[in-house]
Amino acid sequence: MAKTVLEFERPIIELEQKIEEMRRVIDDLDLHDEIDALEKRVNDLRASVYGNLTRWQKVQLARHPDRPYTLDYIKHMTTDFVELHGDRFHGDDHAIVGGFAKLDGKSVMIIGQQKGRDTKSNLFRNFGMANPEGYRKALRLMGLAAKFNRPVITLIDTPGAYPGLEAEERGQAEAIARNLFEMTRLPVPIIIVIIGEGASGGALGIGVGDRVLMLENTWYNVISPESCSSILWRSWDYKEQAAEALKLTAPDLLAQGIIDRIIPEPLGGAHRNHVEAALLLKTALIEELKPLRAMKPDQLRRNRIKKFGQMGEFNT
Amino acid sequence: MAWFKRSKSNIEGSSTKREVADGAWLKCDHCGEMMHQSQLGAALYTCIHCDASFRVSAKQYIDILLDEGSFKEADRKMTATDPLKFRDSKAYADRLEATVRSTGMFDAMRSGMGKIKDVPVSIAVMDFGFIGGSMGSVVGEKIARAVDRAIKNKCGLIIVSASGGARMMEGAFSLMQMAKTSARLTLLHDAGLPYISIMLDPTTGGVTASFAMLGDFNIAEPKALIGFAGPRVIKQTIGRDLPEGFQRAEFLLEKGFLDLVVPRREMRDTVARLLVHATAA
Ligand SMILES: [Zn+2]
Repeated sequence: MAKTVLEFERPIIELEQKIEEMRRVIDDLDLHDEIDALEKRVNDLRASVYGNLTRWQKVQLARHPDRPYTLDYIKHMTTDFVELHGDRFHGDDHAIVGGFAKLDGKSVMIIGQQKGRDTKSNLFRNFGMANPEGYRKALRLMGLAAKFNRPVITLIDTPGAYPGLEAEERGQAEAIARNLFEMTRLPVPIIIVIIGEGASGGALGIGVGDRVLMLENTWYNVISPESCSSILWRSWDYKEQAAEALKLTAPDLLAQGIIDRIIPEPLGGAHRNHVEAALLLKTALIEELKPLRAMKPDQLRRNRIKKFGQMGEFNT
Repeated sequence: MAWFKRSKSNIEGSSTKREVADGAWLKCDHCGEMMHQSQLGAALYTCIHCDASFRVSAKQYIDILLDEGSFKEADRKMTATDPLKFRDSKAYADRLEATVRSTGMFDAMRSGMGKIKDVPVSIAVMDFGFIGGSMGSVVGEKIARAVDRAIKNKCGLIIVSASGGARMMEGAFSLMQMAKTSARLTLLHDAGLPYISIMLDPTTGGVTASFAMLGDFNIAEPKALIGFAGPRVIKQTIGRDLPEGFQRAEFLLEKGFLDLVVPRREMRDTVARLLVHATAA
């Protein structure tokens, strides 16, 4: 499945291909010992590469063009998906998708940013960068979830809210702010999952909820390493340092008390096996939803205010 | 978030002083007219020719809004820690220490209780002079506490914003202050108490995209730059020049995101009138 190969993935992929070739000719030649040795080598290599990824390498994995996106997770995790469109005011933003689907046989509202896989679909999806109508569509769909008493699951994968002229004219800031406010008040459970990139206010705009989960190879922070580099180092060349300084990976955010749980990915990353990645996420979502379904609206709201209220470090 | 570039309209900025030979005359960035420094105080640090506002400290703005001597500051010495041990060309801890020393403030916001024409208010005012008015954990916590004080005292809340956005040296903590402040404001809403958001030049990024845009009344000073993305980033994205007046207060009023654009000298009266409409029996 991996069509794009990152620099640090190359030795592993090459070994895997070699083993694959040897398997194909195995009937003709006695290659069992050699294959076993290669298998061991590739396993060791996987453990050392994926066990020691730098923060920047994790950012690269989070952006891997073969990674599953929102609609892939919906396809592999749910049934009976009905996509719903439009904010009923300006238009339909293709950078945010959403609709009702059945997870483990029960209706849920799933909303997420959607990236494209090639130039054409990326232009259609605006690279997963939403305009105000995207955030307003998301809020409208959450309102439907509240009306029909269904939990909300949001899947975050965005390089940021779109910094365009029309986005400003239509109130990008107001749209995001309104979502933060209204998501706090939503009377049904909300689970947030970072499935790829979680950049800044554009990510947080669908990111307030009862539980916040991150997939293993994702990042979530106030700014991208590149933009941070350009502002603080005044050069685009310090993205690796910026990624280290920002402490933006899933283990970082768990240690900071900002997320609740890390969802494991298939070995080598979610892009290596979409079906398995979706199954791992689905299992976690079912577990997390169970206790939340029992909670009353007021309890959910109070807990959200408390949860986010505890975030921050200061001396008095 | 370009807080390192001092604006020419910052009256405390070195660039203004350099431009002005004897240090006593200032040139307005907006209309180009000159005025003497001695005229500024009486004009509440606005241009006497065109009403454009110069940047002032949080304390100066508190004095402009509140009844004289009524301000009781809370959490004055709340300071940022450096949870990420953040370092770019400089360590965040050193940057903080130097800024505290040079500004005499402890972070980018001052907050407390006060009165406007005898009506009690909970107030929180940002200071652009402190690391570009950036929002980190201290600003978030001060806003949360200002909301709590308004509810406890059953009074209105005023937040005056002047900020380049979230403080990136606090990483995800700074991002979460957007959620923290917006979530806390729901309590004020449920208590039926008014929130007046005043936006000064500039109010951008995560501050605009959270508490600043959530006022029951959104007010800005004339010509204040207000937006989510900064003009430089937008220009890069779309690859052409931005129209005249884009992202200025008057533009946002026209687009429907502000209730009012109010010159600084009328701000106190306007706020007082709104408080009466929203809280008096
Ligand atoms: Zn002027």
